[in-house]
Amino acid sequence: MAISLEEVYKIAHLCRLEFNEEEAKVLTEELSKILDYFKKLQTVNTENVAPTFHTLKVKTPFREDEVKEFPYIEDILKNAPQLYERMIIVPKVVKTP
Amino acid sequence: MTDFKELTILEALKLLEKGKISSKELVEETLKQIKKVDPQIKAYIYVDEEGAIKSAEEADRLIQKGEKKKLLGIPISIKDNICIKGLPTTCASKILQNFVAPYNATVIERLKAEGAIFIGKTNLDEFAMGSSTENSAFFPTRNPWDLERVPGGSSGGSAAAVASRMGLGSLGSDTGGSIRQPAAFCGVVGMKPTYGLVSRFGLVAFASSLDQIGPFATTVEDTALLLQVIAGHDPKDSTSASVEVPDFLKSIKEHEKTSFKIGLPKEYFESEIDSEMAKIILEIIEKLKKRHKIKEISLPHTEYAVATYYIIAPAEAFSNLARYDGVKYGFRAESKNLIEMYKKSRALGFGKEVKRRIMLGAYALSAGYYDAFYLKASKVRTLILHDFLEAFKEVDLILTPVTPTPPFKIGEKISDPLQMYLSDIFTIPVNLAGLPGISVPVGLTSDNLPVAVQAIGPHFRDELVLSLAYQIEKEVNKKFVPSILSE
Repeated sequence: MAISLEEVYKIAHLCRLEFNEEEAKVLTEELSKILDYFKKLQTVNTENVAPTFHTLKVKTPFREDEVKEFPYIEDILKNAPQLYERMIIVPKVVKTP
Repeated sequence: MTDFKELTILEALKLLEKGKISSKELVEETLKQIKKVDPQIKAYIYVDEEGAIKSAEEADRLIQKGEKKKLLGIPISIKDNICIKGLPTTCASKILQNFVAPYNATVIERLKAEGAIFIGKTNLDEFAMGSSTENSAFFPTRNPWDLERVPGGSSGGSAAAVASRMGLGSLGSDTGGSIRQPAAFCGVVGMKPTYGLVSRFGLVAFASSLDQIGPFATTVEDTALLLQVIAGHDPKDSTSASVEVPDFLKSIKEHEKTSFKIGLPKEYFESEIDSEMAKIILEIIEKLKKRHKIKEISLPHTEYAVATYYIIAPAEAFSNLARYDGVKYGFRAESKNLIEMYKKSRALGFGKEVKRRIMLGAYALSAGYYDAFYLKASKVRTLILHDFLEAFKEVDLILTPVTPTPPFKIGEKISDPLQMYLSDIFTIPVNLAGLPGISVPVGLTSDNLPVAVQAIGPHFRDELVLSLAYQIEKEVNKKFVPSILSE
């Protein structure tokens, strides 16, 4: 197996996903098969080859830092899982210092 | 009496201008067709009946005033990963099941400005991850040519909708073949423009260095017209290119008799292709030899494209899909603990294939594996791109099959992810290289299933790709109408 059950659980935690035992076992097999297939890349000579992260030769464009009105506040509020008046209730995402 | 089943966008525009039909009639005909065939095909996730009729009435008022717009009164559908303000944008995922788009994608703004009417949102593989539309969290879409078969994917809803005339055109997105492969499976024209030609603002991100929005239609001319409207620089998309957009319709007419140098990559034709399909494609190539110089070329790194893609695309997806955490929008599972809330929301909100790809991406990017997987794949991507750039020093365009087989059966590949991935072998390299590619139908198998070819061009030579497709369409000279339409 290219990947172990323990690794699957570890990565699942990093991905903020969870799998029951049965799912994790199936996933371990599927991922192993796929990762084995990826091994064919190791046979390609990439010495002195630069990576391509993007096919366009464009630089990050800059713009003036101007304040513009944002007209969609009501629409965004409608998509929130929980509201208090015009505020989105979120779980506490920072630790108490 | 107008036969709506054979109507193209260009013909409809003429009839609208002459007052022979109204936009309202056109929209009502489309809605009628949806009621008739969509219970079987299931191409639509959401139909905006009321909105479409209202827009059609407005279009009719403008037509009467003599107003001229490129798509005034034309009903089209939109893949449900492209935002239309006020309508659901679910990406066929439970995690966005109740999400209503707060703004319009730039392509929607452009289509609206030219008077197009949005009939509804079409089905897809969840977050555009898949090749069959079976990964939709809601229901699979069926192929109008054979209801037991897949329409392809991920834009299967858009392709099936256009093939069964539930709208005159559609927009989809193509990350590894998600427009071209379903177009091929459904017997319609589908195009992935050059990366950067069409703004991706308002397209829900899957793999940002590969994603591109593009059109579906029943003819090359209609495809060219739709591309004309959506192409062009957009300051809201930092990857949008500042290039001059040619007049595509004019261009394909000018190139109607142009002789091209066309390359056939031997790696594509030597691989396992369904023999009946290969025969149909070779017959077309023979006919093209009358006008064009056809030569064999080599794209030596083709066999590494699928592995490269299925490392890079999941790695980018892993990062892009981190935003679905249940905090500010989308599905939130109840839990007292924050980490548990994230995990439960994502575990319940995402489907199998999406989770599989997030896991693959995380693995390929993780410490100890980054160099061997992600970095290696990014270097092989350079070699794949280089293959194409070298080829385009010798030829104007490249012609290939779109898929190795005709549409497969529903359920046939869903339990074997790797087999499903390999079905994208001829479309993936084009995305890795950022090139324009088009799928155009050329024939039918003895089982009455569509067969298509793919034309690939150099960066920002989308007009050449359309021009060759236009010539091929003329050469084939056949209307692809599935029998479900005459039932």
